[in-house]
Amino acid sequence: MGDIVEMLDITKDFPGIRANDRVSVRVRKGSIHALLGENGAGKSTLMSILFGLYQPDSGRILVRGREVNISDPNVANALGIGMVHQHFKLVHNFTVTENIILGLEPRRGLVLDTAKAAARVAELSKLYGLDVDPNAKIEDISVSMQQRVEILKMLYRNAEILIFDEPTAVLTPQEIHELMAIMRRLTAEGKTILLITHKLKEIKAVADTCTVLRRGKLVGTVPVADASEAGLAQMMVGREVNFSVSKTKAQAGAVKLSIRDLCVRNAKGLLGVKHLSLDVRAGEIVGLCGIDGNGQSELIQAITGLVPVESGTILVGDRDISKLPVKARLDAGLGHIPEDRHRFGLVLDFRLDENMVFHRFQSRPFSRYGILNPVEISRYADRLISEFDVRSGEGVATPARSMSGGNQQKAIVAREIDRSPAVFVIAQPTRGLDVGAIEYIHQRIVEERDKGKAILLCSLELDEIMDVSDRIAVIYGGEIVGVVNADETEENELGLLMSGSLRKAE
Amino acid sequence: MADEKKHKATRSGKLLVPALAALMGFLVGALVILITGKNPLLMFNAMIQGVTGINVAKGSFNARYIGEFVLQAMPIILTGLSVGFAFRTGLFNIGAEGQLMLGSLGATAVALLVKAPPVVHIPLVLMGGMLAGGLWGAVPGLLKARFNVHEVVVTIMLNYVALHVNNWAILNVFGSADRVKTAVFPASAMLKDPWLQNLSGGSRLNWGFVPVILAIVAYWFIIEKTTFGYGLRAVGFNKDAAKYAGLKVNRNVMLSMLLAGAFAGLAGAIITSGTFGFGRALSAAEGYGFDGIAVALVGATQAPGILLAGLLFGMLKAAGPLMQSQGIPKEIGGIIQASIVLFVAMKYGIERIGLWLRAKKSGSQQSVADSAVGEEAGV
Repeated sequence: MGDIVEMLDITKDFPGIRANDRVSVRVRKGSIHALLGENGAGKSTLMSILFGLYQPDSGRILVRGREVNISDPNVANALGIGMVHQHFKLVHNFTVTENIILGLEPRRGLVLDTAKAAARVAELSKLYGLDVDPNAKIEDISVSMQQRVEILKMLYRNAEILIFDEPTAVLTPQEIHELMAIMRRLTAEGKTILLITHKLKEIKAVADTCTVLRRGKLVGTVPVADASEAGLAQMMVGREVNFSVSKTKAQAGAVKLSIRDLCVRNAKGLLGVKHLSLDVRAGEIVGLCGIDGNGQSELIQAITGLVPVESGTILVGDRDISKLPVKARLDAGLGHIPEDRHRFGLVLDFRLDENMVFHRFQSRPFSRYGILNPVEISRYADRLISEFDVRSGEGVATPARSMSGGNQQKAIVAREIDRSPAVFVIAQPTRGLDVGAIEYIHQRIVEERDKGKAILLCSLELDEIMDVSDRIAVIYGGEIVGVVNADETEENELGLLMSGSLRKAE
Repeated sequence: MADEKKHKATRSGKLLVPALAALMGFLVGALVILITGKNPLLMFNAMIQGVTGINVAKGSFNARYIGEFVLQAMPIILTGLSVGFAFRTGLFNIGAEGQLMLGSLGATAVALLVKAPPVVHIPLVLMGGMLAGGLWGAVPGLLKARFNVHEVVVTIMLNYVALHVNNWAILNVFGSADRVKTAVFPASAMLKDPWLQNLSGGSRLNWGFVPVILAIVAYWFIIEKTTFGYGLRAVGFNKDAAKYAGLKVNRNVMLSMLLAGAFAGLAGAIITSGTFGFGRALSAAEGYGFDGIAVALVGATQAPGILLAGLLFGMLKAAGPLMQSQGIPKEIGGIIQASIVLFVAMKYGIERIGLWLRAKKSGSQQSVADSAVGEEAGV
């Protein structure tokens, strides 16, 4: 089969940075072609050029052997190129069908013919095994279903070349498996898929060919069957990557965080956390693992004071913080890296330095008598930036919004570690980050442990829990169903605990 | 990548958009005049005369126009600060009108009931206005913080309540002889000054511009330089993160509305003791609050921007009578004001036009496409 898309010698400049430097990619029809690279490597820019969102400064694009000028997404659509964006573009109070037909509504006379469209959507959904209800409202369906609606949107427009931008970042492990099955079915039906990702596992699992980019330059294109994960990682990062976290055995000390008989209500008013007890000692990392929605969020938010506690106690040191306001908890020695960095961790419209003093701007030297001291604030931020290698376009004056996810997370980690709390609650520290950043953040977490901090690590990534933790507490239905030592357990046992089919008393 | 572009575009857009919007607003006004068969140059002449006092066509000068121009700009700058201040905390204060009325009432009370020398009395009058306006603004703040009642609904309704509270108090508490106004304030409580009036050729100009300038500086200082302002902005940008950092979100919401009300209340005090010198019963709202929304929007809620936008709209108001004397309906001023607000609201479109113009100048069309993407891909 021939190449359906050829992007030749594409160069794209942004002010101060060359996002793509003479990159060439050839995509075979009917294949799944992965684009691998760290955040900021230029893979999204390249695909945005193919989708007509950007114009290349130089280079040629051939689709089905013919040279084309993709001046905007409408041209891309006409060429049969569709894109599923990382952040879905759906109208929440519309139905699935209404969303799909938006922009090319079928009409009968003056009346919208939704029924006909719904039938077509149902047919497409069945053909590719998407299992989407055409009449459901977007706000009522899960994130993975919403993603399928985006896929249907492309299929409805007869797209032949489908671009997926980090499609698995928002999905659970099961949903990722399902998505991969869908991708395979799509290629079986003759579609071509371009997959932007930085997850090596997924590439190994689903892609045929992989093109690796680093800092805007093409590193190489390899058949996935011949490449190892380690090899791909090295191509991506430019050096050898340490997959396993190097750490010594934990020197656990006294109990620093002690949760006793804790009950917390969830958003529905039910008990999301039920009579939960858990201890974390100084100098150890306790991993909290479980399937999403089993009370992790409620537990974390109860510890950090974002939701009220129904009953029970939370001791930091020997002080009960369960009734204290947020600020007092932070002052009592609690540190928190929140699971949603955009929602809780940063004020995206603030500058980087303003974000760095987010918990401390009210104290000296950052302010005096209620007046901010911008010199001290940016000096402090400068120190953290160089100490934690936070990369940003304009230094301390960079708006947080314009930084890459990895650097945003590094900024939060820097801010929290520098506060030097005795107890650290860390949630999803590496969600959406690339291998290099993950390695770095894991290292810092282990370093904090070795300084004698008590760390509670909550993650949905089983690998992360198993690599970083010393002990693993499994949460199911709002209860801890088992606590095991990380080096004495394996995936299978954890899986059984997580699904509630096994219980293990401490 | 797209985010970086977006950021660039909005930063230059901060100046670009209002400037282009104003330009386009005047073009629309000129067009409407052309359609009605009049000479648009007369309008521009009226505007120039309204600001500088110089009649370009006749070559005459009258300082009174300058005084009236400043007088028109003062209250709407303050209501602009009021709306802008609340907006920085993520609140939409539609109630500047009512807060202004209560400010007038508070100023009237202090002016009539307190006896003191001018150095003490005038500041007390102003503070009375700010306190009354502030408390009136704190009501929706409290309801929002405690019961999560939306501030837009409450502030709109309180505007009507304020009108009738004001009228009732003027007529029944301060005893109005003619059912329209109170007794004239003692000289010690007046911002009015014959010397200033003479200086500006008999305009109604008064010392109110001094507290207005102080208010602009205070606004800038509080928002940009204090920890309090930092907290307000954090709450305005991202409530969840603010809560997570241990900021007292509800208290900030209340204080923000209190201060927003104080700015509007100050406007009321200045109008009462500067322009009139007596408390007034009103038949209807005078529109300062709504002008304030426009000023805050066009001024991008930045202190210098609000000053400039307030002066711009003050000019339109001041030029109204002048245009009328030239046979151009003064409603044209309203049309221009509305067009400017509309064009500012069409921010993205204008940004694109601006970038397109710039790209054309530099001979490259590239940045246009980029900016378009910035908006679509920006998250």
